[in-house]
Amino acid sequence: MKIHSNLAVSDSGFIFNPSNGDSFSTNAVGADIIRLLKAGKSLADIKKEISVKYEVEPTVFEKDYEDFISQLQDHFLVSND
Amino acid sequence: MTNSAKRKITVAVTGLNAVDSPGPGVAVIRGIRDCEDFDVRIIGLSYESLEPGIYMEGIADKVYQIPYPAAGTETLLSRIEYIHAIEKIDVIIPNFDAELHNFIKISPQLKEFGIATFLPTNEQFESRDKVNLFKFGEKHGFLIPKDKTIYDLSELPAVAKDFGYPLVVKGKYYEATVAYTLEQAQKAFHKLNAKWGLPIIVQEFISGTEVNIAALGDGEGNTISAVPMRKLFITDKGKAWAGITLEEQSLIDLAEKFISATKWRGGFEIEIMRTQDGKPYIMEVNPRFPAWIYLTVGAGQNQPASLVKLALGEKVVPYTSYEVGKLFIRYAWDLITDVSEFQKISAFGEL
Repeated sequence: MKIHSNLAVSDSGFIFNPSNGDSFSTNAVGADIIRLLKAGKSLADIKKEISVKYEVEPTVFEKDYEDFISQLQDHFLVSND
Repeated sequence: MTNSAKRKITVAVTGLNAVDSPGPGVAVIRGIRDCEDFDVRIIGLSYESLEPGIYMEGIADKVYQIPYPAAGTETLLSRIEYIHAIEKIDVIIPNFDAELHNFIKISPQLKEFGIATFLPTNEQFESRDKVNLFKFGEKHGFLIPKDKTIYDLSELPAVAKDFGYPLVVKGKYYEATVAYTLEQAQKAFHKLNAKWGLPIIVQEFISGTEVNIAALGDGEGNTISAVPMRKLFITDKGKAWAGITLEEQSLIDLAEKFISATKWRGGFEIEIMRTQDGKPYIMEVNPRFPAWIYLTVGAGQNQPASLVKLALGEKVVPYTSYEVGKLFIRYAWDLITDVSEFQKISAFGEL
């Protein structure tokens, strides 16, 4: 899975897809996940970083992460290649 | 460059109807006025007395009414000759589909007067007509929805059976309606026939995201500018009330391919429906700048000013970049004027 490299994410969690003009809002955790995905981090790295920063249980994180990625897929912000 | 070094020019522009289904004139004028290379006098050419651009501050220096396209080329030429004798026009930019044929036809005489235009040839103009678009796509390798031109209501059921529902019923020049039943298609046929005349174009419905490209070709196959935009807010007439510039090389490539294939001369707009799997279907090619053309200026590619330079025979270097994520948001504004102004344009055809 790969996030589109030209996706713009602001500090406030505003996401802009310059390929089709779509825009979305996410919370701070979502913005951090997108930034880490854009930096090419692995799931393990993202899990580690988010779990520490937001003091979240790894099992809870995994469930929420899957849900978040599914939303990104629904909005064509990630591709499977 | 000092003010005195600027080139003094007079440019006449049509399409001052900045209404809910706007003409591009006001946006074209704003672009030309923004260009620091010109000291420009703008002559507005209007058809009706209540076109807002007639009365807007800082848009036209002087306005003249011109005859409707149906009056023919001789009447138009005679009116322009009169205006030119007073104003010494350097360039005319017509902005309506319905008037372009006449302006293309009289462009040699305008040239003799000393008035430059930068218009497509009649062949280019006809090739992208709704009636010919599918053949054009087949010839040059563009994806175009299937369509059928009909002249009689009795032809509609057979076409509908072939295309299935929904389908799109389109007027000769403007407007389109999505019909989900035969009754809706018949109603749209009558409405569009009454407004724009025959033929009516029935088109296959393509589902996807609508994206538009404003572009400028130099007439030799080169792209001077191409800026893609996605409509963010659409009026009930299908017009963009807000939009944003996109970063998508495939759209720029498509505009360049169109210009290369046609050697398009002048400004134009390609309306595209991009399907979920990314296929770009050309829905329409408008043979003039769109009403949202000022967004190209805001994004860093001043297409109206570049067209003026091309018309004046100047060499224009193609733009290579623009700002992505630039928005335009149209707004309604009540302009207050006096009845004497309205009377001048109505009674004397000048303001």
